[in-house]
Amino acid sequence: MSHLSIQEEIDLLCSELELFDDVMDKYEYIIELGKQLLPIDEKYQTPVFKVQGCQSQIWLHPYVKDEKLYFEAGGDALIAKGLVDILIRIYSGHSAKEILDTNSAKLKELHLSEIISSGRQNGIASMLKRIYGFAKEVSEDKGGK
Amino acid sequence: MYKDDFPFFKDNDLIYLDNAATSQKPQVVLDKMNEYYTQYCSNTHRGSHDLGNRATQEYEDARASIAKFMGVGVNELIFTRGTTEAINLLATAYVKDNFDRVMLSELEHHSNIVPWQLHGLQIEVIPVDKDLNIDIKTYEQLLQKYPKSFVSITHISNAFGIINPIKELISLAHKYECQVLIDGAQALAHLSIDLKDIDADFYAVSAHKAYGPTGIGALYGKYELLDKMKPYQGGGSMIDDVTFEYSSFLDPPWRFEAGTQAIAEALGFRAALEYISKLKDLQAHNKILLEHAKSELKNIDEIELYTDAKNISGNISFNIKGIHHDDIGILLSKQNIMLRTGHHCAMPIMKKLGIEGTIRLSFAIYNTKEDIDKCIEALLKAIRMLR
Repeated sequence: MSHLSIQEEIDLLCSELELFDDVMDKYEYIIELGKQLLPIDEKYQTPVFKVQGCQSQIWLHPYVKDEKLYFEAGGDALIAKGLVDILIRIYSGHSAKEILDTNSAKLKELHLSEIISSGRQNGIASMLKRIYGFAKEVSEDKGGK
Repeated sequence: MYKDDFPFFKDNDLIYLDNAATSQKPQVVLDKMNEYYTQYCSNTHRGSHDLGNRATQEYEDARASIAKFMGVGVNELIFTRGTTEAINLLATAYVKDNFDRVMLSELEHHSNIVPWQLHGLQIEVIPVDKDLNIDIKTYEQLLQKYPKSFVSITHISNAFGIINPIKELISLAHKYECQVLIDGAQALAHLSIDLKDIDADFYAVSAHKAYGPTGIGALYGKYELLDKMKPYQGGGSMIDDVTFEYSSFLDPPWRFEAGTQAIAEALGFRAALEYISKLKDLQAHNKILLEHAKSELKNIDEIELYTDAKNISGNISFNIKGIHHDDIGILLSKQNIMLRTGHHCAMPIMKKLGIEGTIRLSFAIYNTKEDIDKCIEALLKAIRMLR
């Protein structure tokens, strides 16, 4: 479980990514994250869990445990998987309220163009929408009960 | 140095190899569009003031110049927003009411598949062989089975650069009383096109892939066929007489140009084709780049090139075994190499090849062998990082 707030996670990642003077070194690091991302169970590699995004495939399985939201994900391209890992590190293990209270524009601080671009074919941006969508669903379910 | 003709390259060191998506624009195109907006900006085909007359004259002169470039009559060229709109126009105003069936090759771009589907036309698929060339024997069998159909085939494949033998394909189609549209989106910038010689019934192009502005293109149609076609959209400038009970329409091509047209873009389109006309070494240059790229790519371990065909122009597509094309695209972009990765809006051929997409280099007159060398260097670095 994460002990840092979402903003603290973003700040920590920013300071890690700032260490790279060379953009290629930064992407080498992201590729490493992608290589290390644990494979997602095959049962989640289905159209239901697939995130819309034209360039590579990403599957996202969100779930709730002890009132916290968790995300596991997989994909078929290394950089996308590395970026997915970064999003999981930021958002997994937090309450729906904390996610919804965080403006996703804060991710711009990471200076990763693949995350902040809002292109219709950007799978990472679509994944972010899914994370917020799931948080909203959970929050509404809770409110209704 | 053709790059000097293109202001885009003045203040950057980008290597632009995504010309099949859109090309950069030479100064002469920008100047022509600027001239319209700063000297005679006004609407065409309306009123009688001098500015409007000048704009109308320039617009119609642009049509005449573009028609001449393509070897067709001035009344046979309809301005559209591009190839996609040209195909949609033809499907809506003509093909859906006169044909049951459309034959398409496996290489087609989505814009030459979906418009026919939207009108519920039956699609027959012309297969390609292992080198991605159209299987002529099966094509003729389809023509025999379904005479009087509509055939729509790309001139150059946007995903693999294959130049189809369109003169032969058209001639065969006519033998079986079929009519033919050629999607010329990729061909306009690379081949000299004489539409009367190839005898296409229809031909669709986009300016922006041939050094012209976005938002403008054209549909050529034989006049006797255009004359049979219903209007595509209703509005100003396409009517002869309007009452609340009935409207009558102008002759082609104006019947198909409802509303204010993309005037500056039409003028820019003309300037782009005039620019191309002056490039004496266009095809030779393209061939040099293609052969250089191919020989360099062949040296890379585990490269997959999808065709050995010699009839290639404009682009080259490949993958590196075990590496996702998207990873390559991102890492090349970080090294200032702009090219396209993905399915290139041609999902059916990707599915046939069992792939999600490719990495595509596509060339223009300003590209050099040094551009390709820098791209290969960046590609090798990307591969090292991803292995």
